[in-house]
Amino acid sequence: MAVSLREYRARIKSTESMKKITRAMELIAASRIIKAQQRAAAAAPYARELTRAVSAVATFSNVDHPLTREQENPKRAAVLVITSDRGLAGAYSSSVLKESERLAERLREEGKEIDYFLAGRKAEAYFKFRGRPYIQSWTGFSDQPTYDKAAEIGSALIEAFLKEQDEDGDVDEVHIVYTRFRSMLTQEPTAVRLLPLEVVEGEEAPEDAELLPLYEFEPSAAQVLDGLLPQYVQSRIYFSLLQSAASELAARQKAMKSATDNAEELIKKFTRIANQARQAGITQEISEIVGGVNALADAQAAND
Amino acid sequence: MAETAVENLHVELVAADRTVWSGEAAMIIARTLDGDIGVLRGHAPTLSLLSASVVEIQVADTNQLVVVAVDGGFLSVANNRVSILAERIERAEDIEVSQARVDLEEAKRVLDSSNEAEQRVRHAEARIRAAEKVS
Repeated sequence: MAVSLREYRARIKSTESMKKITRAMELIAASRIIKAQQRAAAAAPYARELTRAVSAVATFSNVDHPLTREQENPKRAAVLVITSDRGLAGAYSSSVLKESERLAERLREEGKEIDYFLAGRKAEAYFKFRGRPYIQSWTGFSDQPTYDKAAEIGSALIEAFLKEQDEDGDVDEVHIVYTRFRSMLTQEPTAVRLLPLEVVEGEEAPEDAELLPLYEFEPSAAQVLDGLLPQYVQSRIYFSLLQSAASELAARQKAMKSATDNAEELIKKFTRIANQARQAGITQEISEIVGGVNALADAQAAND
Repeated sequence: MAETAVENLHVELVAADRTVWSGEAAMIIARTLDGDIGVLRGHAPTLSLLSASVVEIQVADTNQLVVVAVDGGFLSVANNRVSILAERIERAEDIEVSQARVDLEEAKRVLDSSNEAEQRVRHAEARIRAAEKVS
């Protein structure tokens, strides 16, 4: 027994308070996740109506809009990486970053240079630590993103995309790497291409009963498209932010749950060892007393 | 017009982060970039851009009026189904007039400096008009 009983007791105590903290974080993440899911559900109608409208315009006018135009030979790509602001969420941020590295490698093979745009403090720290350049970063909202933030990110990306080739800061395509929230148990890091837009993406083939009607456009189809597409892009970014937020909270809940379980294990283990140490101490004391008594008795017997 | 009560317009008033109002309506008045538009039952399919303005919805079978301020967005009408989408939509009851006036003053002050300010002025004015309409 290298360590005394007192030290074991202190270790049990500190593990117990650690367990309380991780348990609290787990509960907080669990309650926030519900809110995050509600927010995602509340944002769904906007995305749905917007998609409907965009596909309506796309069906009835010849879509040729700067945001949908493929550059003939793309040289630069922008990658928006969405991570969390805070740690203690298991592998959440690092798996997004890994996915973004994979995407970057693929893009480089296609001969494109990459401009990074980052959301979340973790991505920023990752790039800063490695001394890698990035264009812009946004932080401080990863677990409850607002539409305003999405609009801000969207307009920065659109601006970069719309610049002429060879102009400073121009990109020819825009990718997003975010974490898709499948369920409380699975979240997948996903990379998608945002720009140029593939219109009618994600739209099921219209049912026969619900063929799109012949719309009249005011002021004109082109102008309506002009107004719609940027909003469509922003709503897609908002959607990714919301998904990432829900995933982050789910990952944090899972990580904190295993931390709590682990602390429990540790406490059990330490209690066992502490008990052993206590027992050993008692045994030793008894054997010392017995030994002492025997020695005394022997001495007395010798005297007699 | 015996069957009018049977069929009304179904309206979805959707902001970027939530559905503001949805239900049956008799009439909708909104302002597009080209001017005011009134939508009744059986309106031709239309998709138009809205300017920052007040949208009024006459709720079906009542005298109730839903008044909101939008910051732009668009209106789509098809098969008696109307959806109004904008990034920001506020119910007139929720608008603080004094705050809106402050915003308007501030937007006016920077009016010369940027194009975006004009949009802000319009939005602030629309919010005040909406709030005054219901008060």
